[in-house]
Amino acid sequence: MYEAMVTARRYEERLQEEYLEGKQPAFDISAGPIPGELHLAAGHEASGAGVCQHLRDDDTVTAPHRPHHIAVAKGVDLKRMTAEIFGRETGLSKGKGGHMHLFDPDVNFACSGIIAEGCPPAVGAGLAAKKRNTDSVAVAFLGEGAIDQGAFLESLNLAAVQDLPVVFVVEDNDWAISMPKDRVTDVENGARRADGFDMPGTRVDADDAVAVYEAAREAIGRARDRNGPSLLEVQVHRRMGHFMGDPQAYRSDEDKAAAQQRDSIDRLESDLRAHGVDDETIDELRSSAKERVEEAIEWAKEQPEPEPADAHEDVFTNPPSGVTDGEPNVAKTETGGDD
Amino acid sequence: MAQQEKDPAKERQTDRSLTMSRAMVEAIAHEMRADDDVFYMGEDVADYGGIFDSTEGLLEEFGHDRIMDVPISETAYIGAAVGAAQAGMRPIAELMFVDFFGVGMDQIYNQMAKNTYMSGGSVSVPMVLTAAVGGTYNDAAQHSQTLYGTFAHLPGMKVVVPSTAYDAKGLMHNAIRDDDPVVYMFHKRLMGIGWLPAPDGPKTPVPEDEYTIPFGSADVKREGSDVTVVTLGLHVHRALEAADELADDGIDVEVVDLRTLVPLDTDTVRDSVAKTGRLVVVDEDYRSFGVTGEIVAQVAEAEDGLADLEAVERVAVPDVPLPYARPMENEVVPDAEDITDAVRAARGDE
Ligand SMILES: Cc1ncc(C[n+]2csc(CCOP(=O)(O)OP(=O)(O)O)c2C)c(N)n1
Repeated sequence: MYEAMVTARRYEERLQEEYLEGKQPAFDISAGPIPGELHLAAGHEASGAGVCQHLRDDDTVTAPHRPHHIAVAKGVDLKRMTAEIFGRETGLSKGKGGHMHLFDPDVNFACSGIIAEGCPPAVGAGLAAKKRNTDSVAVAFLGEGAIDQGAFLESLNLAAVQDLPVVFVVEDNDWAISMPKDRVTDVENGARRADGFDMPGTRVDADDAVAVYEAAREAIGRARDRNGPSLLEVQVHRRMGHFMGDPQAYRSDEDKAAAQQRDSIDRLESDLRAHGVDDETIDELRSSAKERVEEAIEWAKEQPEPEPADAHEDVFTNPPSGVTDGEPNVAKTETGGDD
Repeated sequence: MAQQEKDPAKERQTDRSLTMSRAMVEAIAHEMRADDDVFYMGEDVADYGGIFDSTEGLLEEFGHDRIMDVPISETAYIGAAVGAAQAGMRPIAELMFVDFFGVGMDQIYNQMAKNTYMSGGSVSVPMVLTAAVGGTYNDAAQHSQTLYGTFAHLPGMKVVVPSTAYDAKGLMHNAIRDDDPVVYMFHKRLMGIGWLPAPDGPKTPVPEDEYTIPFGSADVKREGSDVTVVTLGLHVHRALEAADELADDGIDVEVVDLRTLVPLDTDTVRDSVAKTGRLVVVDEDYRSFGVTGEIVAQVAEAEDGLADLEAVERVAVPDVPLPYARPMENEVVPDAEDITDAVRAARGDE
């Protein structure tokens, strides 16, 4: 668990460095080696690691727009994920998806950038497990800003009435872009939303990876034993802006500083030390995480960019004739692409 | 449709240039001062000022009661705007990225757009739905769509797409005062946001006073005699860039900016095609069943329309979701070179 957490943190520190290259001094989101928006999850690691420790490859995870820590913990291929974020041909989605839309069918991991929209597909994975009589489970991650969305509430209900093996994990980082939690909900303990659907709801109130681990064991065990869905809310912290380039003018300095101080990684590290894990072991875990990350980033950067014409492929699994290869865009095909 | 009076304020003297977002905000602030029933609801519109600066500075003057941050629940707050509008208020609701439309689409398609008709005209829905559109910074398929056609296709909503600060302000005044629901779609690349550099074109002189631009009045952004390029939004600027380049080769391109899709000013388009005989339609939305096909059909259906049409080209996003990586996004989103090629093709130069 500690390893997943330090890997995720290191990974995002490196992504941040790479992302900012070429975007400085005046921030231009369309410049630099990593295209598009980038939502980093520093401060969220405890939930991804604490939950995914209990999952197998055949368990499904759906992640929201802030997915890296969850992907790392679920065992998504780090190299191909990095290549995807860099927009390379050998990325998980051949450069078509990007950082908010990571798909790794080998470990049943998927993302969506539309708020709460990963919940219904997780319910669907739970439904498939039930119909096929397997003991796999599905976990939908979402932010506390997403708990007002119909897709979330409808999913809770459907999972409950069908008794599906689904766990909903709400990562409460106190902010939904610029909206503080108290402006989006009157319910401080989001796990209480479970009451309305007659399912168990638990809130882990501090960035305590061990407590998350325990609570997740309960919820996932329940799902695996076919005892139905549950809701788990985890207090995490957003150490950075909502996305890279967010000036955070709406956020007080005290709040920013507080998010920096409460770090689940430091906390777990002192727990480990208190349990007799020595410096050497911790250093080893940290440096092997660094190495893995560096390897993935170096590999990704060496990968080729996709060909412009690749854009026309993969719209369908079974393409009707005449639909692929850019055929519909007459001006384009005549000039053979514009790159 | 009757030929509408064209921009009476356009000739007004002004030295003051604004970005498109400033111009939009100026119109909103003016309408909010004039009418207590106008208010603005959306995600991150208050303290943040809108992710694309669409409400920048409004919180300071109007406070949280009238510049309302709402929970992430598009169905609820867009539907609430419909209800408030039916109760006689004039809400503006912001759907942050147009791509998120699916989440609240029932309220948009089945309530906002249809209640006037279904009530036999006894109910009106005087609201504005604003949304950012467009790609060109690699945000992939859920954050880069343009979707003009989706909103223009279903009857009951007026659809506005400004390309300059001047137009954005005049059209916003109109949108808020209109007794019907208006979808106001602004392109991210035109807003003049710090983190997403805009081309120079959209920043134009903007009069300080209020003024309206009638819906259904396309604007000829550049006169020319050889080929008509019909477009809107960001692609007005790409078409102008293409026109400048083609002018070096002695090709005289007329650029028609539609400005509103509903109502659609087919007269201006037809007049231009009658003059040039060649039509190129450029759109950042998907190609099939969309704006490009509609414009070509409208021209062809006109009296003598087919006789006027010597050549037609369409430049649009092929029917693929927007890809993330740069080489692929560049491939599918039309640029000035694609427009140049299409103009040459329309002239039979290739
Ligand atoms: C349906 C929809 N509405 C709005 C957005 C824009 N948006 C992206 S992230 C976000 C805030 C999400 O907050 P939260 O769920 O708490 O997650 P966090 O970003 O804090 O991790 C918003 C409003 C979106 N992606 N989808």
